[in-house]
Amino acid sequence: MSDDVRSPQAADAPPARVAVTDAAAELLVRLRDKHGELMFHQSGGCCDGSSPMCYPDGDFITGDADVHLGDLAVGAERATFTVPVWMSRNQFEYWKHTHLTIDVVPGRGAGFSVEAPEGVRFLIRSRLFTDDEWEQLRV
Amino acid sequence: MTVYAAPGTEGAIANFRPRYDHWIGGEYVAPANGQYFENPSPVNGRTFTEVARGDADDIDMALDAAHGAAPAWGRTSVTERALVLNKIADRIEEHLEELAVAETWENGKPVRETLAADLPLAVDHFRYFAGAIRAQEGSISEIDGDTIAYHFHEPLGVVGQIIPWNFPILMAVWKLAPALAAGNAVVLKPAEQTPTSILYLMELIADLLPPGVVNVVNGFGAEAGKPLASSHRIRKIAFTGETTTGRLIMQYASQNIIPVTLELGGKSPNIFFSDVAAAKDEFYDKALEGFTMFALNQGEVCTCPSRALIQADIYESFLADAVVRTEAVKQGNPLDTDTMIGAQASNDQLEKILSYFDIGRAEGAKVLTGGHRAEMDGDLAGGYYVTPTIFEGKNSMRIFQEEIFGPVVAVTEFGDFDDAIKVANDTLYGLGAGVWTRSGADAYRAGRAIEAGRVWTNCYHAYPAAAAFGGYKGSGVGRENHKMMLDHYQQTKNLLVSYAQGAQGFF
Repeated sequence: MSDDVRSPQAADAPPARVAVTDAAAELLVRLRDKHGELMFHQSGGCCDGSSPMCYPDGDFITGDADVHLGDLAVGAERATFTVPVWMSRNQFEYWKHTHLTIDVVPGRGAGFSVEAPEGVRFLIRSRLFTDDEWEQLRV
Repeated sequence: MTVYAAPGTEGAIANFRPRYDHWIGGEYVAPANGQYFENPSPVNGRTFTEVARGDADDIDMALDAAHGAAPAWGRTSVTERALVLNKIADRIEEHLEELAVAETWENGKPVRETLAADLPLAVDHFRYFAGAIRAQEGSISEIDGDTIAYHFHEPLGVVGQIIPWNFPILMAVWKLAPALAAGNAVVLKPAEQTPTSILYLMELIADLLPPGVVNVVNGFGAEAGKPLASSHRIRKIAFTGETTTGRLIMQYASQNIIPVTLELGGKSPNIFFSDVAAAKDEFYDKALEGFTMFALNQGEVCTCPSRALIQADIYESFLADAVVRTEAVKQGNPLDTDTMIGAQASNDQLEKILSYFDIGRAEGAKVLTGGHRAEMDGDLAGGYYVTPTIFEGKNSMRIFQEEIFGPVVAVTEFGDFDDAIKVANDTLYGLGAGVWTRSGADAYRAGRAIEAGRVWTNCYHAYPAAAAFGGYKGSGVGRENHKMMLDHYQQTKNLLVSYAQGAQGFF
């Protein structure tokens, strides 16, 4: 994984669960110009499953069945706007020990995610939380 | 051994048009916005045609055509509709090799699979539903001596279908055959990775279907899929794909109060009990092939047996033999009939698989074979190839819990029967499963205990039209295949008739 990962957090806040690469952040800036405020919901299952799906915020209805993993801070000044990231609660049970970074790669995509027409696809890169991070997250 | 010529080269039996419009009202119609997108072949990564990039205007036009065709199509006799389906089957059969090459070129899968599975199954599927619709009957309930409830099957009308890219023709046929048999008109959106093979088929069968009964609009999910799925002009939506889009489609459907069928994938356990290795005979060989089925279609199957559970006392020896069997899988030019594994369907798919190699290793899973991209030479150099991969680890690891959709199996061991079932069911999904044993009693008990819609027992990856297919748990809603699928494309009309002369007695 590259070192251009943004993972904003206050000094005493628990470690962020999600981050975004510069390339993905730049794409989010362009997508927001087109579609307005955005959100991610992490998919699972067949075909394009395991991909983060990006929608106009509110287009996908979240509820008690979902976990809000965090907000990506995106923009020229690092916090121009935020993009919330969600995942189904039952899926989170199997994913919670991993930190997720949203990246982007060339690709055809599918589903209703808004970046596909640009010829690119958001992609999740994962790493295990360190023991320290895990300890803080469990508190 | 045969190596088919690539479409667009000399001697090719399948050739694509340089550009594909939408298929609406029985003919090609240019997209309203005039836009097209490129369609690369995963075999070499190079664009071979361009395809209409549809949006809400095109979906509307297709819905107009479907609504124009639906009433008359719904009134045709089942005899006539069955005849049309049988003629479609015959036409596919006549062009089977050509369609197989076309589909292989678009999807990247080996032609031995399209020749032996995708296309023959598509043919059989049309024939099965041609038969099923003719044999279907309504019912009569005799409420009392003078009161009868008649139940008639009626078509829903116009339905929407969103097709995945892993079996571009067969997955379309799974949805089209029952919908058409039941008398519905269809607006179908193929996956943007594989927009063309279904159009190749539509052209071949154009003279067999009344215009407007099947309409195909290509484009991206956000631009063409969403206006179809959220339209108030469809009476049902069918989707195969992943869970987030599945939920979104249900949300749209709830706004229009229409039914959905969803097939959303799985993480299928493939269980090998110790008696499999009681003899090194034909059955043992079959079981090893069953293990290796994770590489079928490059692992791009919703029911990919991507978790292998092997009983502890045969774990080491069976796994060693399984590694040998997996390493014998021949990777190469998908148009070569000797090739067993071809290219992943798209670059992003390849990238996703590679990202799972990273997380698998990071979680401490051990790579027994593969674990890397397959670099190919010559014409295939730009294609998306992955070496069949075996990971050894624990069921709690993410590679055991997520559908990688690549030729990747995660292997673990189990102690006894209860342990096997516990691990098998420790998943969000429940689409497919495999059970391998020489004991009929164990096979039956395991099959009933596994929470999955289909449990292949001493076989795997067989898809006959007469066997119901669909998911438990997060794997979806409804079924495909089998005559019960007709119910998903029909309304029930009840005529409650009184033959009595007297008043009912309330007023």
